[in-house]
Amino acid sequence: MAEEYNYTLGGQRYRFKNLAELMAKATPARSGDRLAGVIATSAEERVVAQMALAELPLKTFLEDLLIPYESDEITRLIVDTHDAGALAPIAHLTVGDFRNWLLSDLATPEVLAGVRAGITPEMAAAVSKIMRNQDLILVARKCRVTTAFRNTIGLPGRLSTRLQPNHPTDDVTGIAASILDGLLYGNGDAVIGINPATDNVAQSIKLMHLMDEVIRKYAIPTQSCVLTHVTNTLEAIGQGAPVDLVFQSIGGTEATNASFGFNLSVLAEAQDAAKSLKRGTVGDNVMYFETGQGSALSAGAHHGLDQQTCEARAYAVARHFDPLLVNTVVGFIGPEYLFDGKEIIRAGLEDHFCGKLLGVPMGCDICYTNHAEADQNDMDNLLTLLGVAGCSFIMGIPGSDDIMLNYQTTSFHDALYARRVLGLGPAPEFERWLAEMAIFEDVASHRLNPGLPGAFARSLANLPAGADHDG
Amino acid sequence: MTDNLPSNGVTANPWRRLREFTDARIGLGRAGISLPTDRLLEFQLAHARAQDAVHLPLDVDDLCHQLAEMGGDVPPVVVHSRAVDRMTYLQRPDWGRRLDEASRERLSHSEDTPQAPYDLAIVIVDGLSSRAIQQNAAPFLDALLNALDNDPQHDWHLAPVTVVEQGRVAIGDEIGELLNARAVLVMIGERPGLSSPDSLGLYLTWAPKVGLTDAYRNCISNVRPAGLTYPEASRRLLYLLRESRQKQLSGVQLKDRTQDDVIDHQADGIHNFLIS
Repeated sequence: MAEEYNYTLGGQRYRFKNLAELMAKATPARSGDRLAGVIATSAEERVVAQMALAELPLKTFLEDLLIPYESDEITRLIVDTHDAGALAPIAHLTVGDFRNWLLSDLATPEVLAGVRAGITPEMAAAVSKIMRNQDLILVARKCRVTTAFRNTIGLPGRLSTRLQPNHPTDDVTGIAASILDGLLYGNGDAVIGINPATDNVAQSIKLMHLMDEVIRKYAIPTQSCVLTHVTNTLEAIGQGAPVDLVFQSIGGTEATNASFGFNLSVLAEAQDAAKSLKRGTVGDNVMYFETGQGSALSAGAHHGLDQQTCEARAYAVARHFDPLLVNTVVGFIGPEYLFDGKEIIRAGLEDHFCGKLLGVPMGCDICYTNHAEADQNDMDNLLTLLGVAGCSFIMGIPGSDDIMLNYQTTSFHDALYARRVLGLGPAPEFERWLAEMAIFEDVASHRLNPGLPGAFARSLANLPAGADHDG
Repeated sequence: MTDNLPSNGVTANPWRRLREFTDARIGLGRAGISLPTDRLLEFQLAHARAQDAVHLPLDVDDLCHQLAEMGGDVPPVVVHSRAVDRMTYLQRPDWGRRLDEASRERLSHSEDTPQAPYDLAIVIVDGLSSRAIQQNAAPFLDALLNALDNDPQHDWHLAPVTVVEQGRVAIGDEIGELLNARAVLVMIGERPGLSSPDSLGLYLTWAPKVGLTDAYRNCISNVRPAGLTYPEASRRLLYLLRESRQKQLSGVQLKDRTQDDVIDHQADGIHNFLIS
């Protein structure tokens, strides 16, 4: 449908040629929408678009589909799985009313969980566009999404971390060194997840065994993942590899996912295969997805939509497969999509809000590249804001420096900062393990053991005494 | 319990010796749970260098001087993309992929354009790190030209070298097409990493023309003295150049068989010390 949308302000009539244009022009400014040519042409036009959007009934998004049902399997997924009954309590609201309702005391955690299946990604994206950062934080904090595999992710008062021990040549000792560093800083409860340097099945299986052995030897209540293509992981499962979580980068349009080399039926097959291994102990959420604003435009697959709306649609894909973790890699894509710290921070808060509202276990790779106008202070700001918002997990990497992917994300130290200033703990099962292993002197007050815990001291003693390279 | 705390407030990590096995910033120690001052400032310096590498303009005169010193007979042709400055460049990758009008004119009316096509056009592009170009372009090109001169299989008829300001990889397609070259080699400054602000990337495209995607290119990355060395990069590139010329294609259909060894590198036979 290409219905026109109009808004009259004072004597002037503003026209938006369709819903996609209205959504795009209502979006807070960012470079990716400018690159796509869908951005508002003035600050005033943006606010007028927001005013027009605020007057739209939520039901509009069920009728005026942004990408046609016939040509996109994500649209079909959104429409076919929509729960009209769940939407019923708020079905009469406009987008503007929806913001008020979300912020109001009517929207308790229980009520929000109840309407979840009735909210479409487009409704979530629309309301986020007229919300301030503090609104995004306040509402996200009320949305509880809990998932489990060998531990429980997303409980209130918890902040988990993915331990990311990447190495530019997948060197086993180098990876093990980063894993040790992370564990001794209390990181790794969301997942120990490696981006392989060489993306093939044999390499992935080698890394899966490496992590599986560590997790079993130290009885760590966590899970592992090699972030290789879903079809590689399927093949690894076929070869009997110890697969905990299946990874895939996903986008919000069928064409984006085609450019990533998969479709929904492949994800379903992979989810079934991983569940059949029954490797989880306290739950069976076996999928790990990564997303990020700009991926659809980058693949030339955005259908004229703004990048934040495309991103929210990716969460419809995610929630259909009951993931343990969904990670928006917010600053990785570069300044042509999110130019500076301000745009990255806004996008991180939007993604977390939309994900949580839709019922997705949302975490965030709080990150930037060296060609973006961003630095560690911007990351500190977003980390603190997301910690307050109840973000499920963040990354943990030695000294913020990913020496394989060449970008900066949050460090093991950063995670402890957020836990300490906000009074957050890791997943409860992992927290008990940290105490048992004497990694922390006192977990509750976030005090690390100043010495080397016994089990790890014995492992280090296995190393030949070498030259002490410092620096 | 603060009995064990040294008076400077910093707790060292006894596993820092594992730095022997990785460049990852492990065993940094801590002040409370935060980064100690020296480690913080180390990081800030690395980030500052990487940012400078992005924003420092390419010194074109210096580069041309370096190229002249190598004994090139024809001076390089200096051109510019449609991205007028660095801020525009960072936000408009599409403009960085195309020549501005004046540059197109120059290359179109170049008197050097022969009837017979060139075998290869070499294009040096600032990309995201001028440092990569300033430090590595001339010495790598020297190694490559030597290898091409001594290639027993082919004579290589080379187009004049082009130097591009504010360019992206795909701008080589337009240049190769205008120069009537059968293949184009783009040497470009890669997005700087914290510990590698000077990485040179090499991209080879057969039958270059405007509009090709990355699927038509072969890439060799991380060319710099501390990464892939000039002789090794030159060896791998020569292999790709010959294969490309023989099969008349490039990209996903052209495999770099020099890299078939599976990565199974383990430092001095030591396996996972966490397990053994």
